[in-house]
Amino acid sequence: MARIVAGVATSHIPAIAAALDSGKSHEPYWQPVFSGYEFSKRWIAEQKPDVVVLVYNDHASAFSLDLIPTFAIGCAESFAPADEGWGPRPVPVVEGHPELAWHIAQATILDEFDMTIVNKMDVDHGLTVPLSLMFGQPAAWPCKVIPLAVNVVQYPPPLGKRCYALGRAIRKAVESFDTDLKVMIWGTGGMSHQLQGPRAGLINREFDTAFLDGLTRDPEALTRISHLEYVREAGSEGIELVMWLIMRGALAADAKENYRFYHVPASNTAVGHIILENS
Amino acid sequence: MTDYNEAFKDIPGTVVFDGTQSRLGFHLNQFCMTLMKSENREAFKADPAAYLQQFGMSAEQRQAVLDRDYNRMIALGGNIYFLAKIGATDGFSFQNLASKMTGMNEDDYRAMMIAGGRSIEGNRSKSEHKCEGGKRG
Repeated sequence: MARIVAGVATSHIPAIAAALDSGKSHEPYWQPVFSGYEFSKRWIAEQKPDVVVLVYNDHASAFSLDLIPTFAIGCAESFAPADEGWGPRPVPVVEGHPELAWHIAQATILDEFDMTIVNKMDVDHGLTVPLSLMFGQPAAWPCKVIPLAVNVVQYPPPLGKRCYALGRAIRKAVESFDTDLKVMIWGTGGMSHQLQGPRAGLINREFDTAFLDGLTRDPEALTRISHLEYVREAGSEGIELVMWLIMRGALAADAKENYRFYHVPASNTAVGHIILENS
Repeated sequence: MTDYNEAFKDIPGTVVFDGTQSRLGFHLNQFCMTLMKSENREAFKADPAAYLQQFGMSAEQRQAVLDRDYNRMIALGGNIYFLAKIGATDGFSFQNLASKMTGMNEDDYRAMMIAGGRSIEGNRSKSEHKCEGGKRG
């Protein structure tokens, strides 16, 4: 049977991609960011997941205002890096796992989550930056990836409580998949940041630290953070943290923190990263 | 639902992209989506005003694009992730756009971020903001 062994959360800042792709990762500004992932790269090389369910948000790349799905699961064979305005990132094409993706889609829909099924989709920095941070710059990504895109751009995004419940449904779905697969779930985006308007540059280290602590101490309490509180305390783009709750919901109640990294800044954003493992 | 949307308006310097903003900015944002193709970026750069005429945007929205007035574009329904494609076409980073929206020059903005970012203290609500003058660092 398939099983979820661990959860990873990480910010997915586009400037990280720009730094990596242009060979600037050793510059003094960027070195602390990338060194924060050295442990994680060693860890995941040992873990060797077969599949990552990668929860992220599309930043007006695959989804314009034509169509805005709240939860969209990528069921395609592969997903190409999107051109976000400066050409596609020079990273490998993302290979999907259509069989497991369809299984998760069916299981979660029958579990009352109205998923959108996506058979053609380019993936932007929200998905490829976490892959780069965890795997570096390989010729091909070392595992299959199931993209799970969450709308956090057009209000209202889903509630944290709903995201957490979806995570639980994904766990049930994965565990009912009749193939021996080692699966991870990643939640991306965050932590505190605001990219728009006169309040741009907002960082709230206390909020971020409490959120990281809460992932193991009391994740249910995190599900009660309102949209208003995210925007007020963590900035307008801090709302992305609801996606971390999908990751958390898919793990065991007693999942343990294995690693944490926090750094300000990367461009406009507080970089947050945590690894949680099921025992 | 009205209360849900209204509550965000107490947060200083922030526009939440709700249904009202989305309807207002539909054509502006969809114009931005066209900049995901290199030939469109070239056409826009070659003759910005003519390029913008293809879209059902208001005169104010067109002017805000031509002026690269990002705060104005947001007020007129633009969403930052769509607008960032204009910035990318111009060759500017998100940090550059953010600094523009705060009225700071990019070096000062970058220094503020390196020093830990804009403090949450004084920036949670408009009432607090007025009292403390909206602290920066």
